[in-house]
Amino acid sequence: MPAITFIHSGGKTDRVDVSDGESAMHAATRHGLDGILAECGGNTMCATCHVYVDDGWLARLPAMADDEDALLDGAAAERMANSRLSCQIRITHELDGLVLRLPERQV
Amino acid sequence: MSAASFASTGGPPAIPHLDVDPFAIGFFADPFPTHDVLRDAGPVVYLDKWNVYGVARYAEVHAVLNDPMTFCSSRGVGLSDFKKEKPWRPPSLILEADPPAHTRTRAVLSRVLSPTVMKQVRDRFAAAAEERVDLLLEKRSFDAIADLAEAYPLSIFPDALGLRPEGREHLIPYASLVFNAFGPPNQLRQEAIERSAPHQAYIAEQCQRENLAPGGFGACIHARVDEGEITATEAPLLVRSLLSAGLDTTVNGIGAAVYCLARFPDQWQRLRDDPTLARNAFEEAVRFESPVQTFFRTTTREVELGGAVIGEGEKVLMFLGAANRDPRRWDKPDTYDITRRTSGHVGFGSGIHMCVGQLVARLEGEVMLSALARRIAKIEITGEPKRRFNNTLRGLDSLPVTITPA
Ligand code: HEM
Ligand code: FES
Repeated sequence: MPAITFIHSGGKTDRVDVSDGESAMHAATRHGLDGILAECGGNTMCATCHVYVDDGWLARLPAMADDEDALLDGAAAERMANSRLSCQIRITHELDGLVLRLPERQV
Repeated sequence: MSAASFASTGGPPAIPHLDVDPFAIGFFADPFPTHDVLRDAGPVVYLDKWNVYGVARYAEVHAVLNDPMTFCSSRGVGLSDFKKEKPWRPPSLILEADPPAHTRTRAVLSRVLSPTVMKQVRDRFAAAAEERVDLLLEKRSFDAIADLAEAYPLSIFPDALGLRPEGREHLIPYASLVFNAFGPPNQLRQEAIERSAPHQAYIAEQCQRENLAPGGFGACIHARVDEGEITATEAPLLVRSLLSAGLDTTVNGIGAAVYCLARFPDQWQRLRDDPTLARNAFEEAVRFESPVQTFFRTTTREVELGGAVIGEGEKVLMFLGAANRDPRRWDKPDTYDITRRTSGHVGFGSGIHMCVGQLVARLEGEVMLSALARRIAKIEITGEPKRRFNNTLRGLDSLPVTITPA
């Protein structure tokens, strides 16, 4: 089972197990992590599952679709080059060890 | 309660037949015991009263919502099958459409109601919530439905759309008509449609480009015509979607939240202690009360669902409210808990049709509850709340309260 790490804006880290094919957002909410709200439940409609992808991993993620790109412009925290919506990141074995940083706020 | 009869025919497991009428006044008054019956009877049930399949468990409701090619919307999301019956009004270009047609219109409304746009209207919505609380603090005793749950959205949403000042009294009756019309041909639906002509005439006029103020959501929709994304005849119908679905829903959402907070003083106290919980307190009220209780789909092929086989062309009724309180999915489902992780509830639907106005609803709910929590110490219910009956919407008609200033 792959595992991924979330680094909170305050520096605390959480490592969570992810079922193959599960989204990073779903894994985070299933483990009760603060810092990801996911108000729309993963339907690419809310931008409250915003994450910053740690260096080195960005290029290994599948490209983002237009709706994700548009939504990120409205995210509560600043959009950066490594911004993604965690509900759109499906975790597979290739992404085992992925590190995602959480923004200060989601709304 | 209703007894389930099992007609065993061999082959796939028989689907329990129930004699429940989920569109009867008695059901609306207290749907929860019947929701239990529906969920416990099986993953899929058959309702003899209206000859439809029903799903009330979270897993099946979620599955149906997320398979739009099998469970389509273009044959109507009410009981009426548009393939067999003429729709009572020209169908919605978004709610009652399937991909690829839906994808195009949906993109337009998503953009008009995006998080970026919400940032622009946020201050205005928050200021109006403060003004509403000013007025309520002067009154002290009032009807939390008329003077709060209705008055607040009415003070911002029509302006945000860019509607003319005249004729706004048609808005709530029109929405109530639309949501009654999703139901079966019962008295609620028939009477609503019989009285619909003046409301429909107003809506048709108001959706035209020249009647929508520049800068509003309505004008933004029409502007997409110039970009070639939609046609000039489609634009008014997309404005109509916001007029149908954008007001009465939030009235019932805010009404639900205030009713919860007035009924559960411990949760009100938590919100008082930390008003940043306002947004989740609203979201949890949408889960707990499910202001939009039901929608239908129609099967496009024979399909297996929860072990049951449903033929082509069948109506499937999704009990969103029952799914939102399914103990198979939710811990203490019948408790209103403003710190609950609400992500995944289906009060706004799920999948491609998931509410395109959800950000507007949350913004209204958040700023209104936050203003109340910061400035009011106590909300007491001072009279018997009265329920408003509608084939789809769940909410109150009146809620007499007295407030104490903070
Ligand atoms: C608490 C308030 C609200 C609730 C509970 C609610 C609920 C829902 C639900 C359950 C659906 C899914 C319909 C389906 O799957 O067939 C939906 C769709 C929709 N809602 Fe909302 N809604 C609310 C507020 C709003 C607002 C404020 C707007 C407009 C500004 C809006 C506009 C729409 C539209 C246009 C659709 C159709 C989307 C599509 O088919 O792609 N709603 N809503
Ligand atoms: S959970 Fe809403 S956009 Fe990701």
